[in-house]
Amino acid sequence: MVRALSPNRRAIVNARLYDPANGLDATGGVLIEDGVIKWIGEAVTAQSLPAGTGPTDAAGALLIPGIIDMRVFTGEPGTEHRETLQSASWAAAAGGVTSIVIQPNTAPVMDDASIIDFVRRRALNTADVRVHPMAAITKGLAGEQMTELGLLKEAGAVAVTDATRSVRNSRVLSRAMKYACNFGLLLVQHVEDGDLAGGVMHSGEVATRLGLPGIPAAAELIALERDLRLVEMTGAPYHAAQISCAGSLEVIRRAKDKSLPVSCGVSINHLTLNEHDVGAYRTFFKLSPPLRREEDRVALVEGVADGSIDVIVSSHDPQDADTKRVPFTDAAFGAVGLETMLSAGLSLVHSGQLSLERLVTAFTARPAGLLGLEYGSLQQGKPADIALVSLSEPWVVEADLLHSASRNTTFEGRAFEGRVVETVVGGASVYKLSGTD
Amino acid sequence: MAKSSASPAPMIKSRHLLGIADLSPGEITALLDLSDSYANATRSGDKHAKVLKGLTQINLFFENSTRTQSSFELAGKRLGADVLNMAVGTSSVNKGETVLDTAMTLNAMRPHLLIVRHQSSGAVELLAQKVSCAVINAGDGQHEHPTQALLDALTIRRHLGRLEGLTVAICGDIAHSRVARSNILLLSKMNVRLRLIGPTTLLPSGVERLGAEVFTDMREGLKGADVVMMLRLQLERMNGSFIPSAREYYHFFGLDQEKLKLARPNALVMHPGPMNRGVEIDSIVADGVQSVIREQVEMGVATRMAVMDALSRSFVASGSSKGAK
Repeated sequence: MVRALSPNRRAIVNARLYDPANGLDATGGVLIEDGVIKWIGEAVTAQSLPAGTGPTDAAGALLIPGIIDMRVFTGEPGTEHRETLQSASWAAAAGGVTSIVIQPNTAPVMDDASIIDFVRRRALNTADVRVHPMAAITKGLAGEQMTELGLLKEAGAVAVTDATRSVRNSRVLSRAMKYACNFGLLLVQHVEDGDLAGGVMHSGEVATRLGLPGIPAAAELIALERDLRLVEMTGAPYHAAQISCAGSLEVIRRAKDKSLPVSCGVSINHLTLNEHDVGAYRTFFKLSPPLRREEDRVALVEGVADGSIDVIVSSHDPQDADTKRVPFTDAAFGAVGLETMLSAGLSLVHSGQLSLERLVTAFTARPAGLLGLEYGSLQQGKPADIALVSLSEPWVVEADLLHSASRNTTFEGRAFEGRVVETVVGGASVYKLSGTD
Repeated sequence: MAKSSASPAPMIKSRHLLGIADLSPGEITALLDLSDSYANATRSGDKHAKVLKGLTQINLFFENSTRTQSSFELAGKRLGADVLNMAVGTSSVNKGETVLDTAMTLNAMRPHLLIVRHQSSGAVELLAQKVSCAVINAGDGQHEHPTQALLDALTIRRHLGRLEGLTVAICGDIAHSRVARSNILLLSKMNVRLRLIGPTTLLPSGVERLGAEVFTDMREGLKGADVVMMLRLQLERMNGSFIPSAREYYHFFGLDQEKLKLARPNALVMHPGPMNRGVEIDSIVADGVQSVIREQVEMGVATRMAVMDALSRSFVASGSSKGAK
């Protein structure tokens, strides 16, 4: 999957090895051989390593499993001027993300095994990080006919989703859920009742003052509650791609209490921003689901903290001037986020809102577990996908310096503390912060 | 005599008039005073000082409006501006592209004043970021219509002598009305007691946080009001989408003589036009003695003269016009 051949042997020492899912938090090192973690732990030091390894001294930096981002949109195939798999992979690498799970709403839609195959080959040839496609649930994302779920899985789809659309027809969805069970495929749903949604930002005082049509929280709740009834009926593993409001959290908690096979994600934007950030029609903050009230943001952070929310995603969605430099109602939804997700997450840790343990778990072990990936853990014998992170490195986000081909960041000018120093995929270094070696 | 010969000092801080939200109470009062003098001068047949002589005004209406466009055109001409009406099709597939492309094209023609109406909230503000001339918002989506709020305030002030302490009831489709939003902002800034009246489907989300009392019973809302401001109900909101029928709407929210009696005696009746007679307002009331609807149209021209005069002062004062740079 990774273009560069992994160097045979490489070591990093004097790092804070951190993989909470495996109970690892210790100063030590890692020895990588042929792209795999050969030896890891406190015992790995400059002295204990075989002669000639020439280890990198991490100077106490945090060494975590590479991040697995479950919701990334690219423009390939279809809108390569916004983002290619390669440019997305550069942004990912700069953000400590070693696996991106790309969404099927491309042109053509990833609803056929041949397109999944094409995308995977294309990624192998061009991308610096691992690329895992999600395939469509219905043909053309039209919500009517089921795709060839089994063949898509064989071709390499890690889950199925209709991307930014909810499967509206309950009969179609329940059949797809039942059928997906044959293959143990996770069904990922964008939870939104399209009829009720309609608007362009969270429904409330801010939208009213701006004269913009609103999207009530109920649009999400109705879709989510309907879906969970179908999960109850079919027993199919189900993942809500992103939830955005406190009410959804209650719904998810109830389902988990009933031991339904349910999980959910939240975007980093919804953990760090709220409806007021839209300001004077700033289209980069036009997101789907929309940024909601501060109370919702706080509840969502608590949801990650107590494990009700399983994963944090960037929901990286590159958009260009042609879709963003237009009146707010006409603008596309979405913001880029691969490169800033970790730093934004660390801002929650630094301000005491979230523990590092929960943050890292939601970035690594949980998405790996949901998708059945072998990545996302620091264990001997596992692929060496690693992010080396300085917890204190200060930096200011400058859109023009981002690696993505698009500039629609919600964090322009934001000062962060903590940044990726190096990213390693399958033993190969794919990103190094300039000024470090 | 409208224009004082004193040195033209900037009257409002902002280069544009994008919304009432950007104006201070002092600026609003200054604009109303100037509008008042223009209204008096026009009535008494005085010649207006040609304060916009040599300046170019472009009316750019992405959304059709004969009334507002004519009002701005007449205001500009009375002050000596060269006025150009740009016809812009609304059928363009990518409206967004049209806004900025059109803005930059027009900017290259170096106008001094650009009057813009657009169907999307925030579109005028977006456009203003791309041009070097002064921009006046002539209505953007469901956001603001600042000159309408100013002319409404002027009409009220001329009749009742003040704004502060009055009770004004705004009635109708609050949710989709830019006129309502600008009026709410302006009247709140001027310490008016505000009441918003409408069926729940036409009240926006968060309406209770706009600093006004909210009523769904028109009779309750009208009690003791000094001013009754009716809003136009767009045809597409009728027939089952937001309200069941025009007939039912008229029954509960149409202003007729009987409901008007609940307001203060001689309360003013206002409407931004164009009216749907028999839907939101009864003809007898619309044409009655308490109605100041036609005077609102007259005040519209005076207000727009004042706004253009005020905005032009900032670039006349700075020696050269921004548009000519």
